[in-house]
Amino acid sequence: MKRYSAFAIAREAFRQHKGWDRAWRSPEPKKKYDVIIVGAGGHGLATAYFLGKNFGITNVAVIEKGWLGGGNTGRNTTIIRSNYLQDPSAAIYEKARSLYETMSQDLNYNVMFSPRGVLMLAQTEHEVRGYKRTAHANSLQGVTTEWVGPKKVKEICPIMNIEGPRYPVLGGLWQARGGTARHDAVAWGYARACSDMGMDIIQQCEVTGVVTSGGKVTGVNTTKGDIGCDKLGMVVAGHASVLAAKAGFQLPIESVPLQALVSEPIKPCMDIVVMANTVHGYMSQSDKGEMVIGGGTDGHNAYTQRGSFHHIEETVRALVETFPMIANLKMLRQWGGIVDVTGDRSPILSKTPVEGIFVNCGWGTGGFKAIPGSGWAMAELMAKGASPLTEEFNMFRFRQGKFIDESVAAGVAH
Amino acid sequence: MLILHCPNCGQNVDETDLHSGGEAHLKRFGPGSSDQEFEDYLFMRENPKGVHFERWHHSFGCGKWFLAARCTNTLEVFGTYSAQTLEPPKEIIDRIIARRPDWVKGAKT
Repeated sequence: MKRYSAFAIAREAFRQHKGWDRAWRSPEPKKKYDVIIVGAGGHGLATAYFLGKNFGITNVAVIEKGWLGGGNTGRNTTIIRSNYLQDPSAAIYEKARSLYETMSQDLNYNVMFSPRGVLMLAQTEHEVRGYKRTAHANSLQGVTTEWVGPKKVKEICPIMNIEGPRYPVLGGLWQARGGTARHDAVAWGYARACSDMGMDIIQQCEVTGVVTSGGKVTGVNTTKGDIGCDKLGMVVAGHASVLAAKAGFQLPIESVPLQALVSEPIKPCMDIVVMANTVHGYMSQSDKGEMVIGGGTDGHNAYTQRGSFHHIEETVRALVETFPMIANLKMLRQWGGIVDVTGDRSPILSKTPVEGIFVNCGWGTGGFKAIPGSGWAMAELMAKGASPLTEEFNMFRFRQGKFIDESVAAGVAH
Repeated sequence: MLILHCPNCGQNVDETDLHSGGEAHLKRFGPGSSDQEFEDYLFMRENPKGVHFERWHHSFGCGKWFLAARCTNTLEVFGTYSAQTLEPPKEIIDRIIARRPDWVKGAKT
């Protein structure tokens, strides 16, 4: 792989940019791999990357039904934070956040990580108490967050109306080291690094069946033929239940659409990320100047990647009160992704009832921020059979009643 | 917008007047059941990409529950029926099979 650098740009400028390699190869599948990862989104590619980087396992295929990073990786609002209440969540999300800080250097690929700060607004007394509690929990977990009052909120984000009347801003939970990154670049950067290690990324290849023998996985049937493997990682987010059914087990997951939208580009007006959980809305400004807005999930199961329009209406209606200046903005695009929501709103990184199959799913409405930490932990789980970061996220916790209940702490905006 | 016919009050109801209650026909388990039965009842879901039987509450209307058969992939509604049934009525099943000849109850895609 040719490294990207300022020198490379200068060199290519002198020869009409004819010397750039393809970022990753698109090979035909081999007969057998040590590990197959299903799903070439951020989590799947990060898992493959850390299998190679941390454990030297490079005989790996990443199989993708559509195109690389075309699912939720390319559909989220790119927020990165780790201000979670429960210890297992804080550990894996903080691992992810810290890996984001060095990701561009690690991958030699600019993922445009922008630690601009994330502010979660408290707009009810209940949230005030909740976020103060989270701030205390975070200081015990070694995650740097602080509770800030309304005056400081106005200072950090001057375009905000903190007076209400319906949703007054009573303060906020401020994580100065949170921020955003370029979501596609995360998938592309990992894909390039995986391909460079000799892994095969096979796009437009749908898994149609999982082959097992004596309770152990031996391969998958795909639209590009049968492929053998010793270990199988299922990292397919919204379609986790569908793929698990092919392997003969069920997951405690429901798939629902989550929507986002962007406005026309405007001059820089907001240099942080704001999340308002009471009104199910969050907003940041992209480098192009678009206001990026995320909303709540639909209430009912669907695989449609679009969602119900009234959720957009609710989100925007509420945000307009807190940000009066966006009232006349035109919205350019709206889209949806299918998120996999578990019973306790926390992810599943786990062994499964079938030997050799591992599952990484259930990130629900908050997967992007976790990509590198999730890949790091999942790789350890798949290589060694256990990982301290995934221990509490096993899929059997629902039977044991050992929930990691972030639904109260994180609300919808995840 | 999703519009469902409420079999209780006979109205065609907009999604905004409804509240989704998740998968229908769950078998309830209580005290004395095994951990696995309790887990199945509380957490495990079919979550199919296709025909889904689900509960709906006519919250901003008659206030009663009913059940619906709907495709989660195309959002096609096959019909709604009374919540006081243990399994989908034959006419609903017939309507699903007419539209989805390959459909097998319990299959996910």
